[in-house]
Amino acid sequence: MSSIQATHSANPLIQIENLCKSYSLQDANGKTITTQVLFNINLTINQGEFVAIMGHSGSGKSTLMNILGCLDTPTSGSYWLSGRNVAALSSNELAHVRNQSIGFVFQGFNLLKRMTALDNVATPLLYAGVNRANSRKQALEFLRRTGLENFAMHQPNQLSGGQQQRVAISRALINHPPLILADEPTGNLDTQTSSEIMLLFEQLNRDQGITIVLVTHEDDIAAYAKRLIRLKDGHIIVDKNNTVATTLHEVT
Amino acid sequence: MNLFAIIGEALRALRQNRLRSGLTMLGMIIGVAAVVLMLSIGQGARTKINETIAAMGSNLFIVVPGATSSGGFSFGSGSIRTLTINDAYAIAELSSISATAPITSGTVQLNYAAKNWSTIITGTTPNYFAVGNWKMESGTAFTESDLRSAARLAVLGSVTAKNLFGDEDPIGKTIRITNRPFMVAGVLMAKGQSLTGRDQDDAVFIPITTSERQVTGNQFPGSIRYMLVQAKSADDMDIAEIEITQLLRQRHRIAQGKENDFTVRNLTAIADVATDAAKVMSIVLGAIASVSLLVGGIGIMNIMLVSVTERTREIGIRMAIGANQRAILTQFLLEAMMICIMGGLIGLLLGIGGAWLVSQFADMLIVITLGMIGLAFLFSSAIGIFFGFYPAKKAASLKPVDALRYE
Ligand SMILES: Nc1ncnc2c1ncn2[C@@H]1O[C@H](COP(=O)(O)OP(=O)(O)OP(=O)(O)O)[C@@H](O)[C@H]1O
Ligand SMILES: [Mg+2]
Repeated sequence: MSSIQATHSANPLIQIENLCKSYSLQDANGKTITTQVLFNINLTINQGEFVAIMGHSGSGKSTLMNILGCLDTPTSGSYWLSGRNVAALSSNELAHVRNQSIGFVFQGFNLLKRMTALDNVATPLLYAGVNRANSRKQALEFLRRTGLENFAMHQPNQLSGGQQQRVAISRALINHPPLILADEPTGNLDTQTSSEIMLLFEQLNRDQGITIVLVTHEDDIAAYAKRLIRLKDGHIIVDKNNTVATTLHEVT
Repeated sequence: MNLFAIIGEALRALRQNRLRSGLTMLGMIIGVAAVVLMLSIGQGARTKINETIAAMGSNLFIVVPGATSSGGFSFGSGSIRTLTINDAYAIAELSSISATAPITSGTVQLNYAAKNWSTIITGTTPNYFAVGNWKMESGTAFTESDLRSAARLAVLGSVTAKNLFGDEDPIGKTIRITNRPFMVAGVLMAKGQSLTGRDQDDAVFIPITTSERQVTGNQFPGSIRYMLVQAKSADDMDIAEIEITQLLRQRHRIAQGKENDFTVRNLTAIADVATDAAKVMSIVLGAIASVSLLVGGIGIMNIMLVSVTERTREIGIRMAIGANQRAILTQFLLEAMMICIMGGLIGLLLGIGGAWLVSQFADMLIVITLGMIGLAFLFSSAIGIFFGFYPAKKAASLKPVDALRYE
C-alpha cells in the first residue's frame, strides 16, 4: 500500500478537465448532425486506484474509455496522462504511450486471429522493439502467471472465452503498464469465469499497484473496485468510494 | 518493431490467405514472365540482325539492273539485262571504290557420288569473298587466273558441303554441276541467314566466266544479275554513290533527263532500316508485355485494398497494443512487395524457361541478359511499392478507435 500512498500525493495518473466529446454525422439529406456524448467531464485518477465505471447503455462509457486509452481524441477539454498533455502528443508518441503505459482488455477479447496465444501476448513487445525470441520467452512467462502455459500454442478459436480473456490480460500486462483499461471485460463470460478474471484484476491492483479502470453493467463486478463512477447521458452523476461493495464482495 | 519482425508478420499474413496470395502472385508471375520472354525474343532478333549485318561486309552497295521506279530492287527478274561484267570492272577503277563483284546466278543440280542437291549457283569474281566478308573454312577460293581460264573450280557453302559430303573432306573432290565435273577448291565458313531470311550457306560459287560459258549459259553475253560494290570507307559512301551513278549513266549513254536503267542501293542504309525495325519490334513486344505487368500490379492493389478493409479490426488491435503508423504501413507495403518479388522471381524463371523452349522449338535466337533479369526484379519491386503504397497508407492512417469499432 505504501507505494500507492506515495503516488497519491504525487502527480495523478489521469487528470481530465472539462472534457467534451461530440460526434458529427451526416443525415440522409447530407446535413451534418452533431451529437454530444460527453459533457464537461472532470476526473482525476491516481496511481493504484481501482475504478469501476457504470451507466446505462449509450451513456458514453466506451467513449470515455477510448479517450483515456489514447485511441480517440476529445472534442474539447484537456487530458493529462502521467503529467503529459495527451493533446500535444504526435501519432507516434501516442502509439508509444499505448504500447508502454496502457494495457487494454476488451469485452470481445480482440485477440489477433490465427495467431497463437504466445504470439498474441508477445506482439506488444515486438512493437516495443524486442526481438522475437526474447519476446516469446517473456510472453510464455506471462502466460504461466495467468495459468495458461499449456495453451501457449493454441489459437484464439481453440480457447474458451475465459482463456481468451486471460490471454488478453497477459498481453495487456506484458509491457508492465501502470494502467489497465478494461471495457466490460466480463461481458462475454459466465459468472464463475467472471469472478476468476476479477480476482486476477484485484490481485494485479493489490500486489503490483497497477491502476485499473473498468467498465461494467453488473453490480457484483463493480463491487471488486474501490471507487465507483456512474455516468448518465454523458455526465458523471456519481463518483464515490466503493466501501460497501467491497464488504459485499468479501462476504461472498 | 524491427524489420525482421515486420517481415515475419507480413509472411504470416500471406500464408493465412494462401490461395488469394497465390492468385494475386499469378498476375505478377505472368506479367514478369511475359516481359522477360518478349525482351529476350526482341533482344535475340536484334542480336541476330546485328550478326547478319556484321557478316554482310561493310560499306556495301548493291547495283541492280532496271530503274528504281520499275521496281529495280529484285534479284530474280531476268528480263532486264543492262548491267555487264565490264560495268563492274569499270566501277572498280573509281577512286572511292575498293572492289566490285559482278554476280550471275541460277539454280543448279549438284551431284557427288550417289548424292544430289539442288542449290543456288553464284558466278562471280574472286573479289566477291572479300567484299561479302566470307571466310574460308577449308581450302581456298578461286583466283584471277582461274577466272581468266574459266577453270572448273567450285567453292561450297557450309550447308551445301555438309549435304553433299557429310563428314568427308570435300577439298580436291570432284562434284558434278549440271553434269559437268568441277573440283571443290574450298568450303566457306557458315554465315547463317541473310537479312531477307535466305540461308546464305546453301550455295555454290564458281568463276563468273565458267558460269557464263559452261553452266547457266547467257542469252545476253556479259550481262550480270547484280553487282556488289564496296566503297573504300564509310565516309566515301556518298561520293561513291554519285560516282557509280555518273559512270554507269555515261557507260550506258543515258541522255540528260532520262531515267537510270540501273539502281544503286546502299546496303548499310538497308541494314539500318532492319536494325531500326528490330528495335521497334522489341520495344513493342516489351510494351505489350508491360501491360500485363501493369494489370498484375492493379490486381495487387485491388487485393491489398480488400485486405486492408477485411483486416481493419486487426489494424485497430495492433494500434491499440502499440503499433505506430510506420509499423502498419511497412507491414502492408511489405506484403505487397513480397507478392511482387516472389511473383517476379517465379515469373523470371518461367520467362527464362519459356525463352529456352522457344529457342529450342521455334529455331529463334533468344538472348537473356543480366540487365533483363535486373530489370524484371526492379520492375516487380517497383510495382509492389507503387501499387502497395496506397492501400498500406490507407491502413496506416486509420484512426485507432474507428479501426477497432469496425464491424
Ligand atoms: N463513431 C461514432 N459516431 C457517432 N456516434 C457515436 C460513435 N461512437 C459512439 N457514438 C454514440 O455515442 C454514444 C455513447 O456511446 P458509447 O459507446 O460510449 O456508449 P456506452 O456507454 O459504452 O454503451 P454500452 O454500455 O452499450 O457499451 C452513443 O449514443 C453512440 O451512438
Ligand atoms: Mg460500451
